[in-house]
Order: sequence, then structure tokens, then C-alpha cells
Amino acid sequence: MIKIDGLSKSYQVAMRSSGVRQAVKALFKREYKVVDALDDISFTIEPGEIVGYIGPNGAGKSTTIKVMSGILVPDSGSCTIMGYTPWKDRVEYVKHIGVVFGQRSQLWWDVPVIDSFDLLRDIYKVPEQEYRSTLSLLTETLELQDIIQMPVRQLSLGQRMRCEIAASLLHSPSVLFLDEPTIGLDAVSKIAVRKFIRTINEEKGVTIILTTHDMNDIEALAKRIILIGKGKKLYDGSVSAIRDQFGTRKTITAVYSHQAEPFQVPGTVMEAWSPERAVLSVDTEQVVISEVLIRLSAQVELLDVAIDTLPIEDMIVQLYKEHQI
Amino acid sequence: MRLYGKYILILFKSQMQYRTSFWLLSIGQFLVPFSIFAGLYFLFERFGQIKGWAFHEVALCFAIIHMAFAISECFARGFDSFSSLVGNGDFDRVLVRPRSTVLQVLGSKFEFTRVGRLLQSVIVLCWAISRLSLEWTLLKAVTLVFMVASGVFIFTGIFMLAATMCFWTIQGLEIANIFTDGGREMAQYPLGIYQKWVMRFFTFIIPFGCVNYLPLLYLLDKTSGNDLPYMLAPAAGILFILPCLLVWRIGVRHYRSTGS
Amino acid sequence: MKAYMSVFKLRLSNGLQYRTAALAGMATQFFWGFVIIMVFEAFYSGATVQPPISLTQLITYVWLQQAFLAFVMLWFRDNELFQLITTGNIAYELCRPSGIYGLWYAKLLGQRLASALLRSLPIVTVAFILPQPYRMPLPSDPFAFLLFIAALILGLLLIVSLSMLMYISVFVTLSPAGSLLMFGVIGEFLAGMVIPVPLMPSWLQSIVYVLPFRWTADFPFRVYSGHIPKEEALAGIAIQIIWFLVLVGLGRLAMAKALRRVVVNGG
Repeated sequence: MIKIDGLSKSYQVAMRSSGVRQAVKALFKREYKVVDALDDISFTIEPGEIVGYIGPNGAGKSTTIKVMSGILVPDSGSCTIMGYTPWKDRVEYVKHIGVVFGQRSQLWWDVPVIDSFDLLRDIYKVPEQEYRSTLSLLTETLELQDIIQMPVRQLSLGQRMRCEIAASLLHSPSVLFLDEPTIGLDAVSKIAVRKFIRTINEEKGVTIILTTHDMNDIEALAKRIILIGKGKKLYDGSVSAIRDQFGTRKTITAVYSHQAEPFQVPGTVMEAWSPERAVLSVDTEQVVISEVLIRLSAQVELLDVAIDTLPIEDMIVQLYKEHQI
Repeated sequence: MRLYGKYILILFKSQMQYRTSFWLLSIGQFLVPFSIFAGLYFLFERFGQIKGWAFHEVALCFAIIHMAFAISECFARGFDSFSSLVGNGDFDRVLVRPRSTVLQVLGSKFEFTRVGRLLQSVIVLCWAISRLSLEWTLLKAVTLVFMVASGVFIFTGIFMLAATMCFWTIQGLEIANIFTDGGREMAQYPLGIYQKWVMRFFTFIIPFGCVNYLPLLYLLDKTSGNDLPYMLAPAAGILFILPCLLVWRIGVRHYRSTGS
Repeated sequence: MKAYMSVFKLRLSNGLQYRTAALAGMATQFFWGFVIIMVFEAFYSGATVQPPISLTQLITYVWLQQAFLAFVMLWFRDNELFQLITTGNIAYELCRPSGIYGLWYAKLLGQRLASALLRSLPIVTVAFILPQPYRMPLPSDPFAFLLFIAALILGLLLIVSLSMLMYISVFVTLSPAGSLLMFGVIGEFLAGMVIPVPLMPSWLQSIVYVLPFRWTADFPFRVYSGHIPKEEALAGIAIQIIWFLVLVGLGRLAMAKALRRVVVNGG
């Protein structure tokens, strides 16, 4: 459904150095630096997938999203989404996509949410019947009943986000682009939003492309990750593959009866220690867990043990390091 | 178009939330042209006439231009404040919606308080017409409406050009004010009072002359020869918006190939 | 005093940064100046009675008005102060050790000065070298010129104190742009910005002479062109000083009252 091939885009960025003399020079001649925002990006996404599109800031994520949503025209390469070329068939194409920008609002600020929804219905020419049923579904699943009559400026961030997502789905798009949808939300709202995204993906088969810095979003939603760095595609695979690759590191949290002196367990690294509790990290490729536990109980009187995998944040950091970004 | 009407409605509801501010600003907007008109009145009181034009004739000219300006200020506010739209990155959102960019920008802002200025010019218009001893025919009335519409198109076109500049640079937008505010100040007097080159520029390049001066001659029975070209002159004003739309398209294309 | 100076300096350097905007603004002002002069020209060409102010003096008036617009326009919007008042961030200002009146005064002064510095010199320079009859003449004599400078500076101080009153009123009523706009429009009209004071009908002139507004624009500009003779100018400067003291005094009183109310109400 989404087919991207050899996408490339460069920007000319004006160079500006500090100091008065430079500033005066800049009045007469501008120096430019060419930045490759996208360098030969290719991938394919099947309908119904949830894909996490990640990378450090400035890697080219928003550029790709802009190309895919028809806002930006690339220098070279092709992009076909549902048979359309986004930037060429803009008006026709855009009817089938929904976009949520986490930091910017698409709702009208001073009027009740429902007024914004009604206007969006008219912009997208959604038939009345369809609008009513979609609206009631969204209101119910996102629990908007109490807030739908309130003006947007009076809503909390979590409430506003739920309305934004609902707004982007009013016209039943087949593809949804989410740009930092959970940024700034409290824990409860984050979970609610994630649950909702999963639901519409499973029940309505909406293809979702998720850009986020919150790796817990990725873990909760995406089965596949595309990593982009410095304009190049660096990794395209499943989250579980990453886990397999980096998941051999484990952390052991041990609670034990009072031990005044710090201790060492061979084959592990002591991350944190207190007389009652210690956190050790182990590379299970080097040492087997059972062996570590034996060695540990030789040192302390164990009361409780917890074994966790490396959080996905750290795994992604490792991934970045591996690709030198 | 119905959708545009819906845009306006939502903006109206939006602005009605701030009621006192609305009324105060509207009154202020009434006073601005009013003070200019007062100045005009006093000048005529002292001088009696300007290059052969009497007070009420100039008042008619004044009313028409200010009316056109007020209406276009109301409608084209989205273009007028386009720099903030682009600066915020909100233009991306415009591109993601399945409607024409022009329609959406027009629908993004509607400044209701400019009604104050509109009211003032309507009052002046009625007053001027009542004081002028003219024969009013249907054709003249139509020409009048035509003139106002034409002015609206010119001003909106200039606003659009200024907004298009925002695709390239945010600064230096004040230049457009020369032609909107400046154009209005100038055209509120019949162009005949100015030097020849001024008249020529503002008839052929930015066709205020076609909006105001030429048809005005017809309205006041000051024409010589065939009346028709004078009546049809406002069409040039309306046509002015076509190259502006073209430039807008070019601007949008530029935005889409260089990013924001 | 030092705090006021640094606020003033900051505002000044801030305003000087906007070069492109200044250039564009200057172009606009030239255009306006030309249009106004052309209109007056047209009026004068058909004048049957000799008007109380000559065309050359009027042209001087117009160009000075454009060059020193930042000094004379009452409706000069300071968004920062505005935001401060309407959002209630005024609390921060109250925590500063210096008097608020002085701080705001310094801010407004710095802003206007910065704006004028950028534009006045180029406009005046060009106005000197324009072809006749648009050219602005040199001052009638050096002493008149000195008086002009003094009157101009006092006019600036006056107009800032007038704006202070406007901002304080916004502070009190918490209503934004609307009232400012009205006050600004009326004040500017009465200062001779829309129609020069000598061209007003006499009944209006008597009203205008009583009010403080004309001392900001009308007075200094006519001193330059010699339309106001030197003796009268000296007396005028004295009146400017009196008005200044009165307005600042009123301003401080009003400010103190307003602050008291704010503190009592809890902002």
C-alpha cells in the first residue's frame, strides 16, 4: 500500500556565523550549505501495519512524513500510497489520510470541540450518516462525552490529544500519520491513547505510521521499526529482532538481608548498591542467569529477586550507537 | 461557497467569545476613517474645492474606496496575517486538507471588527449621495456596486501578493502596505488631482484608477464621449486578481519544494 | 536610575535590529509623504484665499512628520507591555525593586528612540535633496533649529508620558486594544497628524491649543519652519515642560492607585 523507492531530498541551509562583521557580510552575500535530509530511502508498508519511524532529531523523520503526506515534493525517487503520488494528487490523496501533529492543534481554539468536528466533516465532505456513526464510535472509545462541548482552550493536554486523534479519524482515513502523539501526556492518558490506536488498527485496519521519541509507545504499538539517521535508512525490521539482538543484557534486582559491605558477583556489573538492595547487569551471552543466581546467593541472603530485560530505550540507544548516530 | 460560510461561522463564534474587545475594536475601527474624513471635511471647509472637484464628489470617491478596503480587510485577513500562519508551520495543515489553499487561507481569519470602518464608509456614501444633485439611473447604481467589488478584488489581490512573499521571506512585508494603505489614502481622492504619471501608474499597473476614477467620472456626468468604457473600467480591477492567484500558486509550489 | 538606563539601552539595541523592516517602513513613509504633499498641492493650487501656512512650510511639516513618526504617533503598540497587562504577568514587574512607572517609561522611550533613529536620518536626508517643490527647506536660522531640537525632545518626553497614561488605563480596565485605539486616533487627530493645526477651523484650533497633544508634533515642526516665531517658541517650550510635569505626576498617581487595587485584589 505504501511504496517508497529511492526518495531523496536536499535542503539549502543558510550559513550564518556570529559577530557584527559576519552579519554585515551576510547582507550582501549569503553562504549556503547543502544538507541531505533524505538519501535514497526505500521501504514498503502493507495495509494494516503499525510502523514506528524513529531516529534522532534532524535525521529526516519529519521530512519523510511531509513527503508522504503530500506537503513536500522530493528531489528524486518515487512514493506511491494507495496508488496515489502524494504531492501530485494532493487534493484527491489527502482525503484518505489523517495526520496528527503532537505539538500543533488542528482544532479551532475558542469554540467547542464539536463545532470543529462539524467543520471538518464539511471540509472532508463526509456523508451525514457516516459522520454520525463514526462520531459516536470515536466519542465512546475515546470517552469524549464530557469534553466534546467544551472549547479547546479549556481542555487539558490529555483531553485535547484525544480530541485531536478523533478529529483526524472523522473522515475514516486508511492511513494515519502520528507525529509525537503522546508528548507531554500523563501516564493515564498515554495508556488510553495507545489502547485506542491499537483498537482502530485491529478493528478498522488503519495503517499507522508513528513517529515518536517515547520508546514505550513503540513497544506498546509497533511490531516494526524503521530507523533513519542522517537521511539514510539504517534499520528496517521487527521490534522483537531488536530485542533478540540486544535483549541478552539483563538486569537483576536483588533484595537481601542487611549486608553492610558491598560485594562483587563475578560476571556482572554492579549498577547500584545499598545494604538492602542491589542492581546488577548481566550479559547472558557471557554468563548464564542460573550461574549468576548461585554466585549471588553465595554472597548474600536473598529475600527477593527480579530479572528484567534492558528497557527498550537503552536498546534503541545501543542501536543508535551501532550505526554511529 | 457553503464551506466558506461555515468557516466564517466558526470564526464568528470564536470572536464572539470576547465581546467587549469586539465592540471596542469596532468602534476604534470606525473612528480611524472617521478622523480622516473629518480632516477632509475641514480642508474643504477652508479651500472649497480641489482641482475642480467639489466636496461631495470627493466624499463619494472616499466612501467607495474605504468601503472596498473595509470589505477586503474583513475577508482577506487570512492573507494579511499570513506571515504568522507560515511561521507557525500551520500552512502544513492547510496542505493536508483536501481543499484549495486559497479557500482555506481565506477561511482562516475573518476580522469582524472591520465592520466599524465599513459602517463609516456606508454612512459617508449615503450622505454624499444625498447631497449630490445627480440623476441616478439603474446603470449608475450597478456601476457603483461594480466599483466597490472591483476595489475589493484589487485590495485582496495585493494582500495575496504580500502573503505570497512570505513563502520566500518573513521580513520586508511592509512594502505591501504602500499599496494597500498607501493606495487607499491616495485613491480616496479622485486621481485627477495628482500628477499625470501618478495617474498613469495607478490606472495601468495597479488599476485603482479603473476602480475609482474612471467610473466616477461616469457617475458624476463628467465624461466626454462614449460612456461604456467608463462603466466597464472596474472589470480591470477584477481581472487584477488573476495574476495574483498565479503568483500565489508559484509561491505554494516553492514552499512545497523547499520545505519550511 | 541605573536600572532605568539599562532597560532603556536594551530596548534601544533591540529595536535597532529590525533593519529590513525599517527599510520597508521607510519606503512606505516616503510614499505617504508624497501622497499627502500632492494632495495639499492640489488644494493649494486652487486656493482663492492665502492659507495661514505656506505650502513650503506645510511640506516641511509633512516630511518632519514622516521622519519623526516614532516620536509623534500616539498609537504605538508595545506588545510586550500589552501581554504583561492582559495575561497578569504583571506580578513579575511588581517584584522588581525599581519603580514600575520609571521602568515602563524607559522601555517606551527606548523603543521609540530606536525606531526613530533608524528612519529619521535617511528620510530627512532624502527630503533635503528632492526636486522642488517637494524639497524640505533647511531651518530658517540656527537658533530656530536649536529650539526645534529642544521642542522635539520635550515632545518625545510628552508623548511617552501620554502613552503611559494610556497603558495605565488599560491596566485599570483590563480591556485591550479597543480603548487604546480610540484614544490613539483621537489624540493623533488633535495633535495635527491628520490635518495640520493651522488649517483647522478656528473653533477646533482653540480646543486643540488647550490640550497637550499638539505639543508633541504640531509645535516642534512649526518651530523648525519658522511658522512659530522664536519668542513664541521659547514660551512654548516652557509650556511643554509644565505639561510634562503634570502628565508624569498624573501618571505616577494613577499607577500607584492601580497597583494598590491590584495588590488588594490579588491580581
